[in-house]
Amino acid sequence: MNEQPILEVKNLKQYFKVSRRFTVKAVDGISFKIMPGQTYGLVGESGSGKSTTGRSIIRLYKPTEGEIIFNGKNISGNMSKDELKLLRTKMQMIFQDPMACLNPRRKVMDIIAEGLDIHHEYENEQDREKKVYEMLELVGLSKEHAHRYPHQFSGGQRQRIGIARAFIMHPQLIIADEAISALDVSIQAQVVNLMKKIQKKTNTAYLFIAHDLSMVKYISDHIGVLHLGHLVETGTTEEIFNNPIHPYTKSLLSAIPEPNPRVEKHRKSQTYDYESSGINYLEGTKHLVDGTHYVLATDEEFAQWTR
Amino acid sequence: MEKQRERILKIRDLNISFKTSGGTVKAVRGVNLDLYKGETIAIVGESGSGKSVTTKAIMGLLANNGQIDSGMIEYHWNDEYTNEPKTVDICQLSEKELQSEIRGRKIAMVFQDPMTSLNPTMTIGKQIMEPMIYHYKRTKKEAYEKALELLELVGITDAEKRMKNYPHQLSGGMRQRIVIAIALSCDPYVLICDEPTTALDVTIQAKILELIQDIQKKKELSVIYITHDLGVVAKVADYVNVMYAGKIVETGTIDEIFYDPRHPYTWGLLSSMPDLDTSDDELYTIPGTPPNLAQDIQGDAFAPRNEFALNIDLREDPPMFDVPGSKSHQVASWLMHPNAPKVEMPETLRKRLELMKKKGGVKDE
Amino acid sequence: MTQNQALKEFQFQPDDFKLARHQDVSVVEQITPARPAWKDSVNLFLRNKGAVIGICCIVIITLFAIFAPMLSSWKYDDINTALQNIAPNAEHWFGTDTYGRDLWVRLWQGTRISLFVAVMAILIDVVIGVTYGMISGYFGGKVDSIMQRIQEVINSIPTLVVLTILLMVMQSNLFTIILALAFTEWIGMSRITRAQVLKTKEEEFVLASRTLGASSFFIIFKEILPNIYSQMIIMIMMSIPNAIFYEAYLSFVGLGLPIPEASLGTLINDGFNTLTITPYQMTIPVIVFSILMLSFNLVGDGLRDALDPTMKEM
Repeated sequence: MNEQPILEVKNLKQYFKVSRRFTVKAVDGISFKIMPGQTYGLVGESGSGKSTTGRSIIRLYKPTEGEIIFNGKNISGNMSKDELKLLRTKMQMIFQDPMACLNPRRKVMDIIAEGLDIHHEYENEQDREKKVYEMLELVGLSKEHAHRYPHQFSGGQRQRIGIARAFIMHPQLIIADEAISALDVSIQAQVVNLMKKIQKKTNTAYLFIAHDLSMVKYISDHIGVLHLGHLVETGTTEEIFNNPIHPYTKSLLSAIPEPNPRVEKHRKSQTYDYESSGINYLEGTKHLVDGTHYVLATDEEFAQWTR
Repeated sequence: MEKQRERILKIRDLNISFKTSGGTVKAVRGVNLDLYKGETIAIVGESGSGKSVTTKAIMGLLANNGQIDSGMIEYHWNDEYTNEPKTVDICQLSEKELQSEIRGRKIAMVFQDPMTSLNPTMTIGKQIMEPMIYHYKRTKKEAYEKALELLELVGITDAEKRMKNYPHQLSGGMRQRIVIAIALSCDPYVLICDEPTTALDVTIQAKILELIQDIQKKKELSVIYITHDLGVVAKVADYVNVMYAGKIVETGTIDEIFYDPRHPYTWGLLSSMPDLDTSDDELYTIPGTPPNLAQDIQGDAFAPRNEFALNIDLREDPPMFDVPGSKSHQVASWLMHPNAPKVEMPETLRKRLELMKKKGGVKDE
Repeated sequence: MTQNQALKEFQFQPDDFKLARHQDVSVVEQITPARPAWKDSVNLFLRNKGAVIGICCIVIITLFAIFAPMLSSWKYDDINTALQNIAPNAEHWFGTDTYGRDLWVRLWQGTRISLFVAVMAILIDVVIGVTYGMISGYFGGKVDSIMQRIQEVINSIPTLVVLTILLMVMQSNLFTIILALAFTEWIGMSRITRAQVLKTKEEEFVLASRTLGASSFFIIFKEILPNIYSQMIIMIMMSIPNAIFYEAYLSFVGLGLPIPEASLGTLINDGFNTLTITPYQMTIPVIVFSILMLSFNLVGDGLRDALDPTMKEM
């Protein structure tokens, strides 16, 4: 593969200073890359730093250390005007809460057209309208919906409006921050299918952040498992699902409930407790399992887990 | 075959509506439900299907603009002293009676978000002891000892230390354990769990469910789960009620619902559940969105989203049909009428169910 | 079987048991019918009887305050020693005071001053309070800390002290009173604004705007302001009676307007001196003053309930 990755994150660190003495290390040195048109699923429990990672990449925070290379340009430090514009148009975000991610006082038309308004990317009123209608159609809503307010829509529909808002800028990378976790299962499937459909059409890359692995499996090409700010395991979806190495990954996989009562009733999930496991993420280094499959471990741990 | 099942809750033809500025919302439309001692039922449905409203009615906790239009919620128990069987209709009780007799004491509830259901300014210990002192007039010392016992029951180590903690000092899973301990403090007979694990991390979800199951066995509790997650249902439930637009559309034992579903909505729910064994490129989804209950519904509420809708579905709401050969399995769909055309479940789902049956060791009859 | 009985209630038609569509589901997305939020608010407001009565009173009083002095043949500062302390009659509807000035005209002239103070209070709230709170809340960090400290210092000085100091350097007139009001009146407003901005700026839709590259100006005016303006309006309505009362209080204790001018406070003060001889001189301005205060409070309450039911405890 000699294709350029659309996003490359190198040793990203994001610390938050809580007080003079105390610093929260939300993200502590993670690296991964995403190819154009592919989906990278970032999985972890709450407090693992997965949302922080997404927000650092889109520069809602200023990274403490490390490099973020988007489309060949380093966007981790101070950006020039052009770089900033590239970032703000070609990288977009889809948010978690369908209730909170749309301004309740604005019409759907204005919400979706916001990116166009900010960057003046339309010729006249008709052009703006036309672009919004195209987006509405793309996400399976109709023209009439443009003149309604967000509170008139259901959760799944609102999430689709959020998707339309992101895609109107024709982004190359979408960061979907728990975009489906607040939705009902049947609606989750709708949104995931929609995202996959649009990806096929537009070749947009996704960074798909989620807290459970079941939906991630359907959408991701690569998966990264994040725990306490460290990327403990990364690889293709098959590699992670068929041959999980790290005990944390294993416990995550074992926690996925199966809709099969006879099996589920007798299954006991595996536990993983970082403190009592004796694993220290700071001592671990990246070990190659095979292909693109890496795991964070010390030499002894690696030998023990792969045995 | 089995010993006499003891009925605790009997809900018949429950109708609940809410008055909002957008009109009257019929949130629950004719729900029937039975709960027996020591058993677990699950109510499954999307948000807005009326599952939470139903259980809030059982607790007498409807919001001010909500009212029970008709129906009854009968609660059966044996008197503590005389041991004679008694019955009340919860719908008829006054607020004061509900507070002193039902809530907490006979029926307790575990909510979705442990952070908001605990009082952040009170220590854990105080919060567990308070209902006991209020309901049973126990002394502080008795209550304290019982609280320690309960904390151990919900799997919290160094209970004595934890009693002095405040909720924000604990992790999410820990907090949910505390919430369960509080719910159990007055020895209720029925525990209602409203999405007890949705707000928790996946790795902790299973632990909490296992804990509830454990306690249920020890205390012979009856449990009602409200959830949209079929994985949770599969793990815990004995009986399943599938709810859609304020109605129960299919009810039966767990095996009947998972291995022999009859209602197209149940098919849709089962199909859209991600499954690790299959590697389909696209997930099946139920098209469209749930109906707006503020508007009058003509015929079957699911008909607009149902690819197997019959002409009569557009006109008449189907009654409950018994599935032949089963005592417990009922379906509200015109497809069950003898004159209806034979409709098979979608092919992908059929294959999936077969695989599931094989894995679960279920034999075809 | 009961099931068969239940089925008898239905009238079946011949084509009832045919599939309605042929495996082709084209679902029309349903959404709740449109109902603008402001309509709900207006309805809620109109349903509140107190608020409606309040707004009617304010309108009537305002109309009188504007037109009564214009249409009357008397002027508020016409001294006529021949007509001292005349009780209300056909010519002088509310009588005259100790200097023979017509009280009908003086009353409405005084009401004008009170209403003027109310308008100024709104302006002060909006111009200073909202702006200060917005900047402090939105930019946060060091800017916020410094601005908050300044505000605390100002807030710790009693208004009466400020006014006394001002009166030593300046003349005692309406301008001085408004200046004193301006010094402290905005603080409550800026606090509320800051709190609302702090809450709103962390909402996901604001983050969404930031990821789209929106400028601070755009975010403040298009995203944050429309979501907090109802709280702003409520706060403004609540602060009006305060300002009116404050002016009246100052005038009553003699720190207010210079002699020939009239305000509700000075009228009450003058009437108070002769309360036992000419009770009408005090009671009439007190009644108007009370109605005005009550009306603003009722309207404020009504607006709060209509715009933001969650603030009911305030």
